Amino acid sequence: MGTSVFYFVATLSIVFSLMVIFSKNPIHSVLYLILTFFTFTVHYVLLNAQFLAVVNFIVYMGAIMVLFLFVLMLLNLNKENEPNKSGLIKILGVIAGGCLIVTLVGSLKAVSINSPLVLQNPNLGLVKNLGKELFGPFMLPFELSSILLLTAMVGAVLLTKKEEKTNG
Amino acid sequence: MDINFVIEKFLLVTILFAITLLIAMYSTYAERKVAAFLQDRLGPDRAGPFGIFQPLADGLKMFMKEEIIPTNASKWLFMVGPGLAMLCACIGTAVIPWGQDLNVGGRIIPLQVTDINVGVLYLFGVVSLGVYGVMIGGWASNNKYSLLSAIRAACQNISYEVAMGLSIIALLLLTNTLSLREIVEQQHGWRWNVLYQPLGFLIFMICSFAETNRAPFDLPECETELIGGYHTEYSSMKLGFYLFAEYINMFVSSAVMATLYFGGYNYPGMDWVAAHVGPIAGPLIGTAVLFFKIFMFIFFFMWVRWTIPRFRYDQLMNLGWKGLIPLAIANIIITGIVIAVVNKF
Repeated sequence: MGTSVFYFVATLSIVFSLMVIFSKNPIHSVLYLILTFFTFTVHYVLLNAQFLAVVNFIVYMGAIMVLFLFVLMLLNLNKENEPNKSGLIKILGVIAGGCLIVTLVGSLKAVSINSPLVLQNPNLGLVKNLGKELFGPFMLPFELSSILLLTAMVGAVLLTKKEEKTNG
Repeated sequence: MDINFVIEKFLLVTILFAITLLIAMYSTYAERKVAAFLQDRLGPDRAGPFGIFQPLADGLKMFMKEEIIPTNASKWLFMVGPGLAMLCACIGTAVIPWGQDLNVGGRIIPLQVTDINVGVLYLFGVVSLGVYGVMIGGWASNNKYSLLSAIRAACQNISYEVAMGLSIIALLLLTNTLSLREIVEQQHGWRWNVLYQPLGFLIFMICSFAETNRAPFDLPECETELIGGYHTEYSSMKLGFYLFAEYINMFVSSAVMATLYFGGYNYPGMDWVAAHVGPIAGPLIGTAVLFFKIFMFIFFFMWVRWTIPRFRYDQLMNLGWKGLIPLAIANIIITGIVIAVVNKF
């Protein structure tokens, strides 16, 4: 049961993420990206990582994608004002994409399928256990990453502020 | 899987859905009656006694109207918009505990569709998803006013979600759980959370007004500036879905406020009542009390709508970012300090 659900949802994720790339209209792309994130949420639930699932739902689907959609709606992209991509850029894109594939294949080859990783505690993803873990053994990295996020936030606010003109 | 379990849940979901639609339907009638009362008018009184069949007449009208899809609209998304709005409005009821467990012939039937242990976060996710119906509908209409409205809706929801989340965090510090069932159980009798978290409740309530796009936060459909806002181009039942979704949202957020802050199905003296009326009637009285609280909140929503004028856009943003968010953060800090002090001594 669990495996068949996984394969079904995994197929959906792949189809939706392909649609993100192939849709002509950027708004449709973002909508497919939202669907892709939704399938990720389902994957997290299947992995018994409830907290991660819900946070993915709230933060990615509910907030970040709304902002993506928001920006694209304002930009009003369409065929007429689409910037012309020169041949050189296309070639560079193909090379970069190829490099990514090589890296991915190389890293996947190292993973041995025969000895699957078994989680010691299958209930690790529940909020209480995850919290104990984060605020116990992983306290320092957790706090450091929150400081990093705070710094990024302050930086973003600073960037949006107009520089005050100094007169002489 | 137990077949009784499936039947039970199926019945519960069906009944919940029916009740939700019924309440949303009669909220439209109640709104017009409340507006009439507040403005010293009569309100709808033609269809049936006291105009009680007015929602049916309105519904019939919506279904019979001509359906118009603008030529340059994105047809598929134009249809998805209202459906999405309706879907997001309806799925919130799944995690709310509607009453104590019923004991029917030795079988315990919980009056809650599912008690996931991240219930509060689930509700929050559903709320944050609600804006997509408006955004997609507004964009797909291919109308500048609709687009402006969609963008306003997105801004407003994102801004007020932050304050809403922060006000919930202060509550969670107190309850130590994310399961709605446990939160309600902790408020047994008279120990309602609103007594411990008055400021948190106030912030939460203001944010729910903003999230449901109700006046004074109904900027996305501000008719003096944006004609009809995101549903300018909609007609027939698609427009009906948008309007209906607003009332369902109002019902769900009333239920959430009653559950999180006003004790859900708990009421003073419930143990005494339960001991005297039996194991079936006791929980059902609790459910009735919950619905009474919900109706009070719905009335409050309407009362505010017909009393307070709409905000200006900059006032809305100022209130959200400079008023509610700092207040909510202060609330978290104070709550944390108080809890630490109380635990220490």
